Amino acid sequence: MLRDITLGQYYRTESVIHSLDPRVKIVATFSFIISLFLVKNFIGYIIAGLFLVFCIRLSKVPPKFIFRGMKTIFFILIITMLFNLFLTPGIPLVTFWKFQITKEGLKLAIMMGIRLVFLITGSSIMTLTTTPNNLTDGLEDLLKPLKKLRVPVHEISMMMSIALRFIPILMEETDKIMKAQMARGADFESGSLMTRAKSLIPLLVPLFVSAFRRANDLAMAMEARCYRGGEGRTKMKPLVYKRRDAIAYLVIVLYLAAIVVLGRIFFT
Amino acid sequence: MSIIFDHVNYIYDEDTAMAHAALIDVNLKIPDGKFIGLIGHTGSGKSTLIQHMNGLIKPSGGTVYFNNEDINAPTYNKKNLRARVGLVFQYPEHQLFETDCFKDVCFGPKNLGLPQKDVELRAYEALKQVGLEDDFFYQSPFDLSGGQKRRVAIAGVLAMKPEVMILDEPTAGLDPKGREDILNLISDLHKKTGITIILVSHSMEDVADYVERIIVMNKGRVAFDAEPKEVFRHVTELEEMGLAAPQVTYCMKELWEAGFDVDTDATTLEEAKNEILKALGRC
Ligand SMILES: Nc1ncnc2c1ncn2[C@@H]1O[C@H](COP(=O)(O)OP(=O)(O)OP(=O)(O)O)[C@@H](O)[C@H]1O
Ligand SMILES: [Mg+2]
Repeated sequence: MLRDITLGQYYRTESVIHSLDPRVKIVATFSFIISLFLVKNFIGYIIAGLFLVFCIRLSKVPPKFIFRGMKTIFFILIITMLFNLFLTPGIPLVTFWKFQITKEGLKLAIMMGIRLVFLITGSSIMTLTTTPNNLTDGLEDLLKPLKKLRVPVHEISMMMSIALRFIPILMEETDKIMKAQMARGADFESGSLMTRAKSLIPLLVPLFVSAFRRANDLAMAMEARCYRGGEGRTKMKPLVYKRRDAIAYLVIVLYLAAIVVLGRIFFT
Repeated sequence: MSIIFDHVNYIYDEDTAMAHAALIDVNLKIPDGKFIGLIGHTGSGKSTLIQHMNGLIKPSGGTVYFNNEDINAPTYNKKNLRARVGLVFQYPEHQLFETDCFKDVCFGPKNLGLPQKDVELRAYEALKQVGLEDDFFYQSPFDLSGGQKRRVAIAGVLAMKPEVMILDEPTAGLDPKGREDILNLISDLHKKTGITIILVSHSMEDVADYVERIIVMNKGRVAFDAEPKEVFRHVTELEEMGLAAPQVTYCMKELWEAGFDVDTDATTLEEAKNEILKALGRC
């Protein structure tokens, strides 16, 4: 049940995408997300889709695994699509009772759906192929310029890496607690909304107790090793760009160019 | 009445790169009223195995039967099964959540839909059975010692009046005295109520004195399934699996090698004592 949430999980295997520098992957993901908001026609989506398929194939993560994580956001996806479908003014296609579906609405709903699916798949590829540590290292490095503006970049990325590190641990813990309570006849899956919310108490109390205990232990362990923030801190494995990273940057630029150019040509 | 495992396989994270077979072709028959020890090195699949018994995990292949019914059949009532096959997990911290111990123990019977009076009666009985002092009944379970927490956790399952009770490493993290107390408690429960008990452990020492039968797991397979004496004859194999026979077995073996006429099958301290006395002609 809980294991179905693959969002933000790391998938261990060896592939070109896995071995890329985390900075490249972050830049690529952002470029991809921005490109999704730039495109306004289906040709653009086809290019973005092909690019995505290309990345998934390279990453060697089974597509099944990526799309299993999609189940959890399926609900949000449907709601977004419905809103767009019914609430966009334009030329009516179908009308019934108080609702009407317009041509613009239909188009927007489909585009919105594709955009959301692409967005989540795109960011999943990044998190699935990059360990949390690498990801935050990359982010810290990319945000370095902000240090001049007195933004506590190291602290932010440290917080992020701790949060990311704890997600799988807490998920596993939740799984265990759920099982322990289910062994005592707890039921998390049926009943009204109210009873279901109440049934979460036996799950949440032990989970919070354990989270606080872990946080306390971690703070103590960090203190015991004299952690004092980012000042003068060096890295055991500093990030260094390799040849493949340069190629990857080139691919990103080509992709963006293709989106812009082809989108223009077919649009006019 | 029994639990039967028929060619059960289990794979964690199936169809991913992390796929890992935790159980491989497990066949078992656990009849009623037995006291059974389930032993294996860390990661041998003990916890995975017992979670199949009350339907928390569904086998990747094969079938688990309880009283001749397939527990994973779509129409099977799992809630009822969990009341009849009680499972106490390794860490009491994973289940204690109420403001006081008494309420916490009430959680199980309440989920069975019993009237409030019966729920409280059962909780009271269960707490008495595990020998928790009355002073602690209305204290927060988080303020208890490790051994006491474990007692409350056991009571929480006992209050559901299961026919089979499975305990996952109930002695982990306890001092020798606490360990013995818990084991004696479980053994007494078995004697008094006659319920089936499956005790998971990785220490032979813990189990040898109490159980009637030992199931040894090794890398997801059942390596031995026999009486303690029979299992302890395979000392070398056990050692290869990262386990060991009880100290007594080694001691008797050395005595025998030194020329004393003792029975090397003695597994408990009591038996060993009698054997040695006999060998010395003082019996
Ligand atoms: N939730 C899980 N996800 C993936 N693999 C798991 C999970 N739980 C257990 N495993 C793996 O399955 C195997 C068997 O684990 P299991 O917990 O059943 O062992 P165990 O005999 O209970 O060990 P221990 O004595 O340490 O409790 C181990 O190799 C473990 O890594
Ligand atoms: Mg275990």
